[in-house]
Amino acid sequence: MRYISTSPEDQTQILKALGLNSIDDLLRSIPEKIRLRVPLDLPKALTEPELLRQFIEFENQNVLKELCFLGAGVNQHFVPVVIDSLSSRGEFLTSYTPYQAEISQGTLQAIFEFQTLICQLTGMEISNASMYDGSSALAEAVLMAARISRRNRLLIAQTIHPEYRSVVNTYTRHQELILETIGCQQDSCIDQTKLESLMGPDVGAVVVQSPNFLGNLESLESISTLCHRYGALLVVNITELLSLGIVRSPGEFGADLVCGEAQSLGIPACYGGPHVGFLATRESFVRNLPGRLVGQTVDSKGQRGFVLTLSTREQHIRREKATSNICTNQNLIALMVAIYCSLIGQKGIRELAIQNVAKTQYCLDALKYLPCEILFQGPRFNEFVLKLKYPFDEVAETFYSAGVIPGLPLGQYYPHLKDALLVSVTETKTKKDIDRLVELVASVS
Amino acid sequence: MNQPRSSRHVNLNESLIFERSSPGRVGYDLPLLDVPKPNLSLALGENNIRDLIPNFPELSEVDVVRHFTRLSTWNYNIDVGMYPLGSCTMKYNPRVNERVAKLEGFSSTHPLTPVHLVQGNLLILKLLMDCLAEITGMDAVSLQPPAGASGELTGVLMIRAYLTKRGEPRKKVLIPDSAHGTNPASAVIAGYAVETLKSDKNGCIDLDNLKKAMGDDVAALMLTNPNTLGIFEPNILAIGEVVHDRGGLVYMDGANLNALMGITRPGEFGVDVLHMNLHKTFSTPHGGGGPGAGPVGVKKILEPYLPLPKVEQRENGEYFFNYDCPHSIGKIKAFYGNFGTLVRALAYILANGHNGLKNASSVAILNANYIKEGLRDVYNLPYEGPVLHEVVFSGKKQTKNDVTVMNLAKRLMDYGFHPPTVAFPLVAQDALMIEPTESESREELDLFIQAMRSIALEAENNPNLLKDAPHSTRVRRLDEVKAARHPILRWRANDRKPSTDYS
Repeated sequence: MRYISTSPEDQTQILKALGLNSIDDLLRSIPEKIRLRVPLDLPKALTEPELLRQFIEFENQNVLKELCFLGAGVNQHFVPVVIDSLSSRGEFLTSYTPYQAEISQGTLQAIFEFQTLICQLTGMEISNASMYDGSSALAEAVLMAARISRRNRLLIAQTIHPEYRSVVNTYTRHQELILETIGCQQDSCIDQTKLESLMGPDVGAVVVQSPNFLGNLESLESISTLCHRYGALLVVNITELLSLGIVRSPGEFGADLVCGEAQSLGIPACYGGPHVGFLATRESFVRNLPGRLVGQTVDSKGQRGFVLTLSTREQHIRREKATSNICTNQNLIALMVAIYCSLIGQKGIRELAIQNVAKTQYCLDALKYLPCEILFQGPRFNEFVLKLKYPFDEVAETFYSAGVIPGLPLGQYYPHLKDALLVSVTETKTKKDIDRLVELVASVS
Repeated sequence: MNQPRSSRHVNLNESLIFERSSPGRVGYDLPLLDVPKPNLSLALGENNIRDLIPNFPELSEVDVVRHFTRLSTWNYNIDVGMYPLGSCTMKYNPRVNERVAKLEGFSSTHPLTPVHLVQGNLLILKLLMDCLAEITGMDAVSLQPPAGASGELTGVLMIRAYLTKRGEPRKKVLIPDSAHGTNPASAVIAGYAVETLKSDKNGCIDLDNLKKAMGDDVAALMLTNPNTLGIFEPNILAIGEVVHDRGGLVYMDGANLNALMGITRPGEFGVDVLHMNLHKTFSTPHGGGGPGAGPVGVKKILEPYLPLPKVEQRENGEYFFNYDCPHSIGKIKAFYGNFGTLVRALAYILANGHNGLKNASSVAILNANYIKEGLRDVYNLPYEGPVLHEVVFSGKKQTKNDVTVMNLAKRLMDYGFHPPTVAFPLVAQDALMIEPTESESREELDLFIQAMRSIALEAENNPNLLKDAPHSTRVRRLDEVKAARHPILRWRANDRKPSTDYS
């Protein structure tokens, strides 16, 4: 078998050196009673050519559509080819967690750069080395805000990504915290009067998403002022990180924790994972930050180097008293994000973000001549909610057979929006692509 | 002529991307805008418009390739040599797995695509679930947890949900002192108190201690089998009975599954729920610290509590996501799991079949025992019992003259090896936890044994060689105390760039 270097001949030699007859002699510690007597019922082993053929057969059972206008937390953006070339290098791909810093400086420096980039994007002082994904990063941010504030009531916006809210519930269910939902108003943004009425000295944090799940930018400035007046923390969740190429950072508005998903920056959709969460905050909160942290230091000759640091927060030291149970970061994916940011660059990220706004605006302008409705007016980045003339399931097939997925039917997340679609228009869509979508909308109206 | 395993070589230095940055450089050309330029104030609101991000890098594509390629050359990795890291199962990462995971038809699919358009993806999920259930002897699997620790949390949450439905969630979880730190950390998030079980003189679960500790207020025992010393719990069947008799459940940390494939199955020795580490046992790449995946397997009693959604198949063969699971603990991650990682794991399983997996575990056990024999006359073996796929030595014979076990580990780097796991598990003093995996050839094992023997001699005759190790890496021993005392966790614009003066 090609993945094993010890041939049957080698095995004989090793057994001889151990004074044994067969490998079975090494299995004596496993009780007879539970030894498997029949082979595992698994598909027959495949050689490499057969394996490739099999997966192409699996792939062929997917029906790929040329145009996909889905966003909703996983955003379609150009992925520079070089990201794959660099992150596929065995030195990055097959290396271990950098606990032994002297032989892991490549990983450590790349993550130090990632941490810095996240800070620059979010306008915050420090960031950790990444988390599993946006949903768990938000859950950890909520737990962190509760720890820091020592208050047990947390207000969560209804327009945070529904899958994220579900994960937050799972993580917080047994932590003696009270999570309350903040409703939204006509324009899908947070109802600030409602929010004020919910505030109190027992509220530890207000948690919002911007752009929110329905595509609109929240008024972070006034929300921030309100929060801090009551001594609560502002947690801002971001699922479309590219928006920060043109939208003012939450840090500039006074956010205390900024978390979310960095998948927009160079990571393919990949059916939902692996992606990469991030969590950034104020320097003063560092001891409460979960996850790995890379810090700069010097070696015995005074040369700059990097190490994992402040591990006393973490599970391998503090065990049940740790800030979190997290062990991994999404290291390789965080590396890909760092490569992406390096390539796109200061001017590029702004231009790219502006292209997203432009394409979305062009689409909206074309749609307003049709008998469909754009719900929720107000500032937005690259997503909007579209209500067609007829219920979507009656006209869905027209889109699909034309090779277009026009957006996400919102009924599965917000029953009162069941006839509406969440549409994402990014820089990957040409004018022709958008025209095609508009034509199809016209044809079903 | 003798050729040593490692030599010194010219290796390029590299500053931070921010220090390399130069105004006007561009690393990616965007297609020109083919629609009208937007009115940003109208679209975003005047107060929301951002200036250029200060000090965001500006580099050419060449700069970026040079930068990250140079960084990569500073990393030890499996492709270059063995990692004898206990409980990490650093095995070879097959490249065909990379090829199939990156097929356009998988990597470009959006998770919210209507399921009738992505039947291939759901087929893969279902097939992997079935294979993992078969390998572990469990009744059902969820692929959603994105990491081992996340799998542990999922498992304990399901235990809690099950017990709560039965009437009483109970108060605490029993965890052996040899367990990985994520075990107690996960139990706490699920709202349980942790009680540590002291191991017996053989490093195994003390059955008497367990009987004393097991009560009606104990929800579960979290164990690892074989344990972190590489020893198969001799009383495993009795252990299961003690816990079940008092109405508790058994959780198994599946980190050491590489010792068991095709040989025995947790489902047959009393385990109610376990997590698996796809980035360990099932060859998905570590990536320098992630991504991984930590699917959970459960017995029928816990099936109703699995995370949402469940992947199922209709009578007509069509796959779908079932969200109608009223007792589910909910979601542990957005969407369905680390799909790319799951594809790689499935490719590994399909490449191996039963024979391949059994052979993998068998050779892993053989290799570990070969190392055990090769070092036992030089290093102290704290626990004498038979070991499976990993062996724990104690460095206590070598750690005199102010030599620490960390010094020993760092000295191995000069021999061209990554150190073994050090100072864990806690039940062994100055532990050196070694797991070679089945990927290693006899030559590599021999070189490792020779290096360890040589270092033992050095500890005796030339301890300073160890205390200042490593000597031949590109950076010398790094000051971790300074890093923690004055944390510098990011680059800032007014940081002084290190000089390139080579004198």
